[in-house]
Amino acid sequence: MSCQPLQASNMEQLLEGIWKQNPVFVMALGMCPTLAVTVSAFNALGMGLATTFVLICSCTLISMLRRFIPREVRIATYIVIIATFVTLVDYIIQAVSLALYEALGAFIQLIVVNCIILGRAEAHAANNPPLSALVNALGMGIGFTIGLFALGSVREVLGAGKLFGISLFGEHFQPWVVMVLPPGGFFVLGLWLLFFAWLAKRKEAQHGA
Amino acid sequence: MSMQLRASPHLHSGRDVPTIMRHVVYALLPVCAFSIWQYGLSSLALIVTVTLSCLAAERISNKMSGTVNTLSDWSATITGVLLALTLPPAFPLWMGAVAGFAAVWLGKSLFGGLGHNPFNPALVGRAFVQAAFPTAITTWAPAFTPQRFVEFIPSSLTLPLMQPNDITTWVSANMVDGFTGATPLARWKFEHFVYPVEDMITGAASASTGETSALLLLVCGLYLIARKFMDWRIPVAVVGSALLLALAFRLFGGDEYPPAHLVLLSGGLMLGALFMATDMATSPVSPRAIWAYGAIIGTVTILIRYFGGLTEGVMYAILFGNALAPLLDKYLQPKVFGARK
Repeated sequence: MSCQPLQASNMEQLLEGIWKQNPVFVMALGMCPTLAVTVSAFNALGMGLATTFVLICSCTLISMLRRFIPREVRIATYIVIIATFVTLVDYIIQAVSLALYEALGAFIQLIVVNCIILGRAEAHAANNPPLSALVNALGMGIGFTIGLFALGSVREVLGAGKLFGISLFGEHFQPWVVMVLPPGGFFVLGLWLLFFAWLAKRKEAQHGA
Repeated sequence: MSMQLRASPHLHSGRDVPTIMRHVVYALLPVCAFSIWQYGLSSLALIVTVTLSCLAAERISNKMSGTVNTLSDWSATITGVLLALTLPPAFPLWMGAVAGFAAVWLGKSLFGGLGHNPFNPALVGRAFVQAAFPTAITTWAPAFTPQRFVEFIPSSLTLPLMQPNDITTWVSANMVDGFTGATPLARWKFEHFVYPVEDMITGAASASTGETSALLLLVCGLYLIARKFMDWRIPVAVVGSALLLALAFRLFGGDEYPPAHLVLLSGGLMLGALFMATDMATSPVSPRAIWAYGAIIGTVTILIRYFGGLTEGVMYAILFGNALAPLLDKYLQPKVFGARK
């Protein structure tokens, strides 16, 4: 087993999650937290990092234990492993930033049922060695965080005139109330999906020509 | 001799979409003129800005989707004019432009253009700014101020993205006696005050740019009905069901409910019933479905006005009716000639 091709495929795997298979913009997975907690860039980033942590830890562990987990109870086992790390994250966020903890609310605990994590465990970590699972999970986590941040920053800029709590347009800015309400989440997500679909189409057209 | 084989219908009335749309714009011109006479420069600027932004949005989406230029079918113009007429006269122009883009993009282009839109684009635009800027869209300005043809209402010329300028000093400087800044519907809801009928007919009551004169709207609507550019059943069903319900509530509920004429003359009922519910792309086709559609819109309007938190419900009622239109068409199909159960 040579080292060079493995690294190349690792890089590819990392980029897969960030770009080609982006969980938010391409696979449209994990929509519940994507729409619910992205009212500000900070919340979005917090949620993204928390999910990334759980994703990396649980996928690596599942990959290490993949030969010992009986097929019949694999989903239950995955959930127990994921829930363990979610509990960890839950306590860590509570200790580090109570404001973020209160802003994210139940959505931290709900990382347990985030379909990205279970999807990665089932589709990748269960059949691949730990290093590959780790890289794959890292890529997906970064992709998810970018997705959340893309939504959160647009919604915060239009909905509050701020980015990371820093005012951008002065005190007379008129907030677009709809952007911090649930419909705003759908509008912004829809526009990002549209943008990425348009990019993909354009790329396809260029390759075809 | 050449023979042509063609599918029915063989007679064409000579009317096409642009012709119909153009006549709707003609029918709206008197309404625009009246609102400019009432509110002066601000109203003119609002109508022009919103219409231009709708046209710009249409052109941009044409370019992006690579389809033909659809500016000439007049639909974007109608959307713009109608949308401007539903906005308050003191609405900042930049918000009007946002409403115009939201109307054409969210309401029409994303669904594939004219004829594919499930909801009335003008109302989608209004619903968007109602959700985005709830304060600005309920800030009313008095009509017939002496300086209206030489100066703007201060909030009209707000810098883009900024909060609307405060108009309270402007209102008092213009010495408008007894201006409360509330629409007839709001004054009924919160004070149980019945607006004088003549104020609601001559346009002295505060309201959106184009909804102040129910009489003028009716005349313009009748023109379209007489030329058979719209289905008379829709406005009759909407206004009729609203009137019946209002009378019934007044009869059995007593003074707790507003008198029927207030329901008919105030708010956007006439504008909505005549010009928005009748949009061909978003209303049902078969007669029975049309009656049901109109009755649902009238009923929901009354329910929102009487029991909802908002003072006006025509917009949401019509959007609700639009959503039901395909379902009504499916279940209330006319009996096919000769078919047996």
